[in-house]
Amino acid sequence: MIGQNKRLYFGIIISFIIMIFSLVSTIFNDEDSAEWYTVQKNLEPSFENYLGSSGLGQDILFLLSDSILHSLLIGVTVALFSTLIGVILGILSGFIGGVTDKLLIFLMDAFIAIPSLPILILLASLFKGDFSLLMVCIVLIIFNWPWPARQARAMSLSIKENDFIFIALFSGQSILNIIFTEIFPHIKNWAMANFINTVLVAISIETGLAVIGLSSLEDTTLGTMIYWSLKYQAILLEQWFWIGSPVIATILMFFSLFCISTGLSKLND
Amino acid sequence: MEIIKYLIYRFIAFIGVIIFGVTIVFFIPRFSPTDPVENYLNSILSGQGGGIDGAAIEEMRTNLTILFGLEEDYFTQYIKFITKFISSGDFGPSFSAYPTTVNSLISQALPWTLGLLLVSTIAAWLIGNFIGLIVGFKEGKIYSSLLEFIAMLVYPIPYYILGLLLLIFFGYILNIFPMNATFMYKTFSIDALIRLVMISAMPALSIIIISIGWWVISMKAMSVNTKKEEFVLFAKLMGIKEKKIMFSYVLPNSLLPQITVLALQFGTMFNGAFLTEILFSYPGLGNLMYTAVLAGDYNLIIGTVTLSIIAVATATFFVDFVYPFIDPRIKYK
Repeated sequence: MIGQNKRLYFGIIISFIIMIFSLVSTIFNDEDSAEWYTVQKNLEPSFENYLGSSGLGQDILFLLSDSILHSLLIGVTVALFSTLIGVILGILSGFIGGVTDKLLIFLMDAFIAIPSLPILILLASLFKGDFSLLMVCIVLIIFNWPWPARQARAMSLSIKENDFIFIALFSGQSILNIIFTEIFPHIKNWAMANFINTVLVAISIETGLAVIGLSSLEDTTLGTMIYWSLKYQAILLEQWFWIGSPVIATILMFFSLFCISTGLSKLND
Repeated sequence: MEIIKYLIYRFIAFIGVIIFGVTIVFFIPRFSPTDPVENYLNSILSGQGGGIDGAAIEEMRTNLTILFGLEEDYFTQYIKFITKFISSGDFGPSFSAYPTTVNSLISQALPWTLGLLLVSTIAAWLIGNFIGLIVGFKEGKIYSSLLEFIAMLVYPIPYYILGLLLLIFFGYILNIFPMNATFMYKTFSIDALIRLVMISAMPALSIIIISIGWWVISMKAMSVNTKKEEFVLFAKLMGIKEKKIMFSYVLPNSLLPQITVLALQFGTMFNGAFLTEILFSYPGLGNLMYTAVLAGDYNLIIGTVTLSIIAVATATFFVDFVYPFIDPRIKYK
């Protein structure tokens, strides 16, 4: 038990540090960190530019900070909405039953079985360049709500049998009211672990899409940062800070989120 | 009887999911603001300079519309597309490699992807379960904790990020493996085989290392639980050697769930591996999809995306299908 909690705290501490770092550019940098040639190209790390500058003349520290911020925002937005939509639809599905339930189950199964990455690649290719982060988020939400929905449905089916729900129903409460006051408290722990998982999945997919240059290239994310560094041969030119910093940031971020999510789900048992 | 009813329902749902997926793939391009005909026309014209007159462009536009199958209304197009897909699985010609068909391009790329996935999944499964068994059985030892920590660190990393690290270390710094996976051999030879191994090594390693992470974590959890079962205690009291307990008692009982997850893993990896392929320009399906996207090859995109939907849907269905035969405790509704 203590071991699991240690994992949870460890994850929370690292995530917290990453979050604080993601705000550095917003606070200390007035310019757009992704703008090309704002500083001299290919600078070594110094007290002026702590992580040096990229081959495109961007300050790597600020660029990294903004990239992490945007990646985190994508993850949190997608996780927030998919968990919310999933939990509400899942509970409704289990609660109402009948045709609505059957239809929702089919949709859940369908979106779980359909891989989101190829669909995103398809969309990105069609919107060429106009593919905004908001659209990436919306597609990811469409593909991620079924997981919490499935769980929430199963839980609401078992909770439904409890007497207190019937008492609430008979005393004239609306179904939505019951969901929020009676059912939601029972699944909030689980929803939290799912939330963190979805953050991880969303960031991972957006990063993947961006690494091959198919996400929005306007707003910098960890993936787009890697994309530009690869495109401008950062490996062959040995610009390790440019390509290395987003890679290490990604690994740290995923590791800390994974620690939180496994720590949380162990906490639930 | 419950089981048969459940399986029939699952099968219908499986077919439904595939048709649903194909429908999405069909309609997304049609409701997006970009016109594939104009896109294609622009890419041709920009390559030509300005030497083509208006009437010729208009004629090309009409021809392309027919070639893309876009001259009728959406509903008729859809019915045609679906019937063609169900009856023959035909996606028509590729536009970037005209007149080669999409199906023949896919069948060239498919063995590469399947080979890569099959080899790396099985290798990771064997190694990972072995390490996981030891980590679980020897819980509390320092090397167990260390191995578990490494697995925890590695597992959440996406394939392509690890692939990038491998590319930097083994490809660039140590220069062991080639950084580009072009494969020119048409016939079998020793050289071709060596080249095959060399270009597959890094994509495979990135998949193997990460999958090992998952198998270690899950197998550890499994064997820690099995270890506490009464029959294991009984075996211990009978004085059976620890090694024998580990391999003959704990292993077989922990392995069963791992086998079913293997099938599911195969389906989901189908997608994760796409990015790895693209990163290493490994000549599989992922790369084919990517080149199709870059070339704006409409039919080829639809073909490859549809195939990946079928792969994942089949893996999910397969697991649901196999479960009732393996685990009798599961109830079906």
